[in-house]
Amino acid sequence: MPAKTPAKTRDSGLRDRLAHGLDAPICLTWELTYACNLACVHCLSSSGRRDPRELTSAEAMSVIDELVAMQVFYVNVGGGEPMLRPDFFDLIGYAVDHRVGVKFSTNGTRLSRARAEQLASMDYLDVQVSLDGVTAEVNDGVRGSGSYAAARRAMDHLADAGFGPFKINVVVTRHNVGQLDALMALADHYGAQLRVTRLRPSGRGADSWEDLHPTAAQQRFLYEWLCDRPSVLTGDSFFHLSALGEPLDGLNLCGAGRVVCLIDPVGDVYACPFVIHDEFLAGNVRRAGGFTGVWRSSDLFASLREPTSAGACSSCGSYDACRGGCMAAKFFTGLPLDGPDPECVFGHGTEALAGLRSAGLPRPAADHSARAVPVRLVSRG
Amino acid sequence: MSSPGPSTVTAPRFDADRPWRLHPQVALRDESFGALAYHYGNRRLIFLRSRTLVELVEALERFESAGDAVNATIEPAQRPAYKRALARLAASEVIDAR
Repeated sequence: MPAKTPAKTRDSGLRDRLAHGLDAPICLTWELTYACNLACVHCLSSSGRRDPRELTSAEAMSVIDELVAMQVFYVNVGGGEPMLRPDFFDLIGYAVDHRVGVKFSTNGTRLSRARAEQLASMDYLDVQVSLDGVTAEVNDGVRGSGSYAAARRAMDHLADAGFGPFKINVVVTRHNVGQLDALMALADHYGAQLRVTRLRPSGRGADSWEDLHPTAAQQRFLYEWLCDRPSVLTGDSFFHLSALGEPLDGLNLCGAGRVVCLIDPVGDVYACPFVIHDEFLAGNVRRAGGFTGVWRSSDLFASLREPTSAGACSSCGSYDACRGGCMAAKFFTGLPLDGPDPECVFGHGTEALAGLRSAGLPRPAADHSARAVPVRLVSRG
Repeated sequence: MSSPGPSTVTAPRFDADRPWRLHPQVALRDESFGALAYHYGNRRLIFLRSRTLVELVEALERFESAGDAVNATIEPAQRPAYKRALARLAASEVIDAR
């Protein structure tokens, strides 16, 4: 059929076309700064300290000019805490004024009443506030003391400012999976949308994944829970669960370097937000050719767009549903990229992990963690 | 209104006898398989999966009715399928009754 939304697609024709890559990403993640006033234990970019080589305002705007020319419809802006950049509003204003929509992710600590009103006045802007538990106890265990109260304050400000349906983003862990119904109720309370995403062993998550990732039983529960609630957003991040039955909403495809990528705060372009490692570094936007040149000409991206082998998964009847899962999850747990996901729902990843020693695992490239870890929150209005 | 999320307004039912157009809040990006459509209002991303469909959508504005546009651009045997495709695009608010 000629037209179809990406929802519930088993449409391997379209998926194969996308797997060969597009001339421009469908969307991309752009981390504006490594600076962060929190120190979440699962931070995928190991953020904390600002990198002195951070892109300047002018450089960032020229990246936006390229996105306009490539007809990229929207960017996912993150960090670090993007609101810590003094030119944050200039940059997102420049993007939305040029019809590059912005979906930005914040810990909420700097989202005062005045900022909420400013955000509410902008078009093409979505805000997601990170919250990893419906109680301070569960949330702060991951995101740091005081972070729950700060996030709730930000949500109150957005609601008071009439922002409309903002998003509450939850990284699903062993400790909050039992709170999903309560998180849904919290979202309803605010007229917000719940978005849940997958914990990856990336950044500082490499050290916390073992203790935080959902158990096999919890993953099955999560799959059923998501199937029953198609309005919950997932950023397509749980496609490894599609092996359990009917595919979840979304493309069910690893888009790394094919339809998505990451621009980090210093302009390095990685295949996806979860693989900040030299092996997945495609280039830098500061070099001749800019972002466009990296997207269209990098050897790494060319190789990611080649047909992939199912490897150890080739004998599994569910490979077409999960496509072997998440590249980043495999890489940072030391598993071969053409084998099962560490959270393979049939346990093949667990078996493979059991055969590995944790010594010698790949380490994330850039660690911007604060040397001491002060989780000191500034409360403003 | 900055973040409408999924549309809560029911999309108009597709009536091929009426005039239609590409929704003013939708942008199309040409791709080898057809086009990507993005709705800046409801933030939905839709795949138009043939060049013919993209050309039909772009032609809607030039005809008195969607049916006329289909008759002018699509082979007879294919017309029912393309009318169904337009109905789905209407439901996703990619196209809009004029």
